[in-house]
Amino acid sequence: MGFFSKFKEGLTKTRDALMGKVESLISFGRKIDEEFYEELEEALIMADVGVNTVMGIMDDLRSAAKKQKLTEAEELKPVLKQILVELMGEDKAELSTNRDGLTVILFVGVNGVGKTTTIGKLANQFKAEGKKVILAAGDTFRAGAIEQLEVWGQRAGVDVIKQGAGSDPAAVIFDGIQAAKARKADVLLCDTAGRLQNKANLMDELNKIYRVIRREMPEAPHETLLVLDATTGQNALSQAKLFGEATGVTGLVLTKLDGTAKGGIVIAIRKELEVPVKMVGLGEKIDDLQPFDPKDFVDALFAE
Amino acid sequence: MVFESLANRLQDTFNRLRGKGKLSESDVKEAMREVRLALLEADVNFKVVKDFVEKVRERAIGQEVLQSLTPGQHVIKIVNDELTELMGGSQAKLNISNKPPTVIMMVGLQGAGKTTHTGKLAKLLQKEKKKPLLVACDIYRPAAIKQLQVLGEQLQVPVFSLGDQVSPVEIARKGLEHAISYGHDYVLIDTAGRLHIDETLMDELRNIKEAVQPSEILLVVDAMTGQVAVEVAETFNNTLDVTGTILTKLDGDTRGGAALSIRAVTGTPIKYVGTGEKIDAIEPFHPDRMASRILGMGDVLTLIEKAQASIDQDKAMDLERKMRNADFTLEDFLDQLSQVKNLGPLDQILGMLPGMNKVKGMQNMNVDDKQINRIEAIIQSMTPAERREPKLIDSSRRKRIAKGSGMTVQDVNRLLKQFEEMQKMMKQFSGMAKKMKGKKGKKGLGGMKFPFLP
Ligand SMILES: Nc1nc2c(ncn2[C@@H]2O[C@H](COP(=O)(O)OP(=O)(O)OP(=O)(O)O)[C@@H](O)[C@H]2O)c(=O)[nH]1
Ligand SMILES: [Mg+2]
Repeated sequence: MGFFSKFKEGLTKTRDALMGKVESLISFGRKIDEEFYEELEEALIMADVGVNTVMGIMDDLRSAAKKQKLTEAEELKPVLKQILVELMGEDKAELSTNRDGLTVILFVGVNGVGKTTTIGKLANQFKAEGKKVILAAGDTFRAGAIEQLEVWGQRAGVDVIKQGAGSDPAAVIFDGIQAAKARKADVLLCDTAGRLQNKANLMDELNKIYRVIRREMPEAPHETLLVLDATTGQNALSQAKLFGEATGVTGLVLTKLDGTAKGGIVIAIRKELEVPVKMVGLGEKIDDLQPFDPKDFVDALFAE
Repeated sequence: MVFESLANRLQDTFNRLRGKGKLSESDVKEAMREVRLALLEADVNFKVVKDFVEKVRERAIGQEVLQSLTPGQHVIKIVNDELTELMGGSQAKLNISNKPPTVIMMVGLQGAGKTTHTGKLAKLLQKEKKKPLLVACDIYRPAAIKQLQVLGEQLQVPVFSLGDQVSPVEIARKGLEHAISYGHDYVLIDTAGRLHIDETLMDELRNIKEAVQPSEILLVVDAMTGQVAVEVAETFNNTLDVTGTILTKLDGDTRGGAALSIRAVTGTPIKYVGTGEKIDAIEPFHPDRMASRILGMGDVLTLIEKAQASIDQDKAMDLERKMRNADFTLEDFLDQLSQVKNLGPLDQILGMLPGMNKVKGMQNMNVDDKQINRIEAIIQSMTPAERREPKLIDSSRRKRIAKGSGMTVQDVNRLLKQFEEMQKMMKQFSGMAKKMKGKKGKKGLGGMKFPFLP
């Protein structure tokens, strides 16, 4: 127990010190020294960027400092931000859509990350742009999942295509595509059940859904979005890799950024798998979805 | 993958550390660097890692290295023991109220798995012939009540709900009253997921706690949680004094370092782990399994344990000497085989040896225990003289041996051929060992106590 209480005490202090992090770290005319680098490293690791990626970033930072002969911490700030922004891709990533016809977007991810909620929010956005939107209730497994999507359908004022609980998800998505074509919808958003990426049979099921979409519309899905919970640590990399293999993930939605988690692991994902973040979830309400802005994201990495 | 590089790095550290009696400060420092990285890669909170590593470092310096281990392995062993201890005992027991019903409250972030685990706990209680009542206090997430109701239906456990227009505090209070009048001995309260920084919703939890005086407040945490786990656990604990944790989604491939972070800040036990989506996928928490999972050196650890337990020290040393001098006979080989068999399935053992995957040809080597049995049978059909001097074995002797062991002559030929190769290899090794001996002290072959099997 001694260890715990001592640790707890220490933790509060560190947290206060940490949360202010780089911003405060960098000001006050600080010089660049080893301790400074260490603290910077700590801040990045605390943001879930991941040790390997952090080491790479620190190397880049050190050599940039050397090359430009920087001595003041203040001067290093824009350099670090630039490195990170470059890693994340300079521009806001747009969703790819089908300009003349139906756009199909498939949502995948592990359990509880926010797939269904994101679909609700995005449906609302498309609707507001005057698009005709249909949702497909491809989570036939989790108790109450269909009803949950239906509530979102009502909130956004869009139709939901569904079958009963326990039915074949690929069949539901098939129905969704047929309905979207028949009703001349602009956008079809496909929900799927959450699943852990190491479950081969469930990943096969997802791949089947993907293939059904491709078969019905060879250029679809126009986006396969992997929904990632910002509180996730290093496992997100494995998620991106394996969901990517099963469904050709084209972008990430980073949810729950309204909490204190920074979602730094997306930097590693971007770096290693080149999958861009397209949107961020900032709450549970219908308008809590925003396009991803790398500059804001990087700022937030170091924000209180 | 990360794992691979870690194993390699460790291997390098082990090599550098080999052949000393006591753990020196620099030995430990070196190994702790790897441990620190391993823990960070497993998502253990930065600060927890720092404190932990410091503590273990102090403890490890000056310790006598166990004979059967290299210093590097010994450090890892200390780390593992310490980690296991920190993780607490196995405590899959729920607190019981002396004034029934016992109230259990489930709390946590959004998407952690509270509702599912409310159902799983109900199932556990049901198996113990208890009469639980589920109370639906998540009025926020669409269809959350429905989700609990479906689970209740599957389990044949009643669900208490007042819809989503009544305050959760009120629902909890009425739920408890309901349980009392209907003779339930357990009340499981499912609450909505919330951010730890949402003060209004954290207050709501405080008020529910006030209203129903739970015996158990379980923090439900996703095993994949990253650095923020510490802050989350700390805030929930400060607000509610949680009594335990349920670690969910452990059937994934996450290393699960959050477990250590949470345990370290709350000081309360991890009571259960969730291992699947099915309603009975819940298990008691095993600190030792969790420790080696977090450390990501499960293989090395198992090897350490097994080597400690079953390798005969004197024989091993004798063998090492023989290997070095390359006067290793089929007799020794037979002896070795029986020792190796005690260790467990062979391909696993080989896979566990750090660096084994780097030895050329090893990856494709298909070793199974049946094969060992066959080799044993062949050697056992040889005379002692033949075992010591395989050159004696001419074609008629080969036929005899084949017959005696129930194998074919080709099998005997193959074994003899492979043994010859092995001896050659050992000569090379002994050459290497002599060179290394010059540089690095006595134990040239270090951990290589196992023969290369045909
Ligand atoms: N604070 C916050 N909560 C969110 C956000 N997005 C989703 N949630 C919540 O997270 C929980 C899980 O969201 P769901 O949309 O059901 O997640 P899912 O991925 O569809 O879950 P499964 O279908 O069970 O795998 C719900 O309580 C949501 O309200 C977000 O951006 N911020
Ligand atoms: Mg869902």
